[in-house]
Amino acid sequence: MNTEKNIKTLIVKKPLKLDCGKTIKDFPIAYETYGSLNSKKDNAILVFHALTGDQFVTGINPVTNKEGWWSYAVGPDKAIDTNKYFVICSNVIGGCMGSYGPSHKDPDQKIFGTNFPVITINDMVNAQYNLLDHFGIDKLFSITGGSMGGMQVLQFISNFPDKSKTVIPIATTSSHSAQNIAFNELGRQAITADSNWKDGNYTSSDTNPGKGLAVARMAAHITYLSKKGLQEKFGRKLQEREDLKFGFDADFQIESYLRYQGSVFVDRFDANSYLYITRAMDYFDLAKQFNGNLSEAFINTNAKFFIISFTSDWLYPTQENKDIVIALNSIGADVGFVEVESDKGHDSFLLDVPDFLSALKNFLDKSYEEN
Amino acid sequence: MKNEFQVIADLIEKDKKVLDVGCADGTLMKFLKDNKNINIRGLEISKEKVQECIAKGLTVIEGNAEKDLKQFPDKSFDYVVLSQTLQAFLNPELVLDELLRVGKKAIVTIPNFGYWKVRFHLLFKGTMPITKTLPDEWYNTPNLHMCTIKDFFHFVKSKDIKIFKSLALNNLNSSIINESNLGVKNLFADLGIFLIEK
Repeated sequence: MNTEKNIKTLIVKKPLKLDCGKTIKDFPIAYETYGSLNSKKDNAILVFHALTGDQFVTGINPVTNKEGWWSYAVGPDKAIDTNKYFVICSNVIGGCMGSYGPSHKDPDQKIFGTNFPVITINDMVNAQYNLLDHFGIDKLFSITGGSMGGMQVLQFISNFPDKSKTVIPIATTSSHSAQNIAFNELGRQAITADSNWKDGNYTSSDTNPGKGLAVARMAAHITYLSKKGLQEKFGRKLQEREDLKFGFDADFQIESYLRYQGSVFVDRFDANSYLYITRAMDYFDLAKQFNGNLSEAFINTNAKFFIISFTSDWLYPTQENKDIVIALNSIGADVGFVEVESDKGHDSFLLDVPDFLSALKNFLDKSYEEN
Repeated sequence: MKNEFQVIADLIEKDKKVLDVGCADGTLMKFLKDNKNINIRGLEISKEKVQECIAKGLTVIEGNAEKDLKQFPDKSFDYVVLSQTLQAFLNPELVLDELLRVGKKAIVTIPNFGYWKVRFHLLFKGTMPITKTLPDEWYNTPNLHMCTIKDFFHFVKSKDIKIFKSLALNNLNSSIINESNLGVKNLFADLGIFLIEK
């Protein structure tokens, strides 16, 4: 899974105290960059990835040989224009694309598995903050990301209020809802119910809980789409057959599609990482960190916010994004908001949704001109 | 830029913080930002118009004034502007109260239903008036609560709202409205502009 040859890594020497109480040090953060940092070092954008993303934002991912997860938005002349901006993205800690995670070895050279410390969104951004020092960047031009990436955006600006000029959380929430936690728990149960999971020690026996992880992915994938989108794409269309087969094979195209999504996911993702990262999302509650007052999270920043949601996103619905807008307005922060019309569900931020991409581009470019 | 916006802009001093409610494509916002160094925000219900504002580099929030003004703290803006929209709300009184809560002052403009062309239209044609400021048919107009300059003048007085300045606009001419000329202005202006405070 970990093809180390194409992965750039920063070893963080400084100890990092995690929310769980444990401290880690000398740990790797795997990152990738696109475009170039200008001489004033004022054109850097830190992109945060979502649950199953990684540092390979755009172009061909050298490990999976597939397009990067945000290829529609990031690249030369795209919304996040790499001719203009220096884009940095790193794999979250707890992940499985080179950053410190459960598939790494502990100091006794034993693979961590579930002995890896439980991490939080706060831990993730504190770890990634080290990249600013690494590149000698005093202040980022922007931070952005969708879904769990958006949670990291919110946590980052709360922790480091003067470290970014603009802030773009997309299709996200300031606090994981009961429904969000429920779906994540379903995924975790699918993994841990797989007899190959073996309490997380599967790597040593060379078999992995692929079936459980595939089911987790299939269930999650449904939550990323909208009912209308699914109906229009698949309806009740049959999979390479004239009629129903009266069995439990994939009769319908939607079944075949989900099975495929599950199977390709297993090839690129680690089941224990899935447990850790979903846990970090569930623990995310920014308001709770400030005694229930979300506005307090942003009280020290002068950054310019732009929040984007999507009409058909029922996983992180508009209202949860608007709650962030409301918290910012109540302290007079500079905040813009748009709800983009799309029937592509939560996944809209990853797809070719022209109104979204043009809003993102216009906001960034106009803000950069005013720099 | 239309004359109405020029008159509104003249009412606002430099370097102030302003909220434009129903900011449309951001024409007034852009003018205030570029010419008077105004810290400007917009609230707009149309997705299309919000996109146009973003393309102009303006800070705008997609939302509905009847529901979304409540998120702004008391007196958090020096001025709140509402241009020709009050009559389109379900509850204009509530929106007016909100404007005056959020803004230290509010600038409200209303298309005048007392304008002589409107009166003549109804009197002689016997159909719902259509003018430059009231371009829609009765069946597709967004306007739910039309009023005249006189109506609005009396309404704000009855609510103990202080009128700093009230202007009558007819094409390119603007003139002061007061108690004594109210009847005349109500006949000859197609737009009323009020600078108010509570």
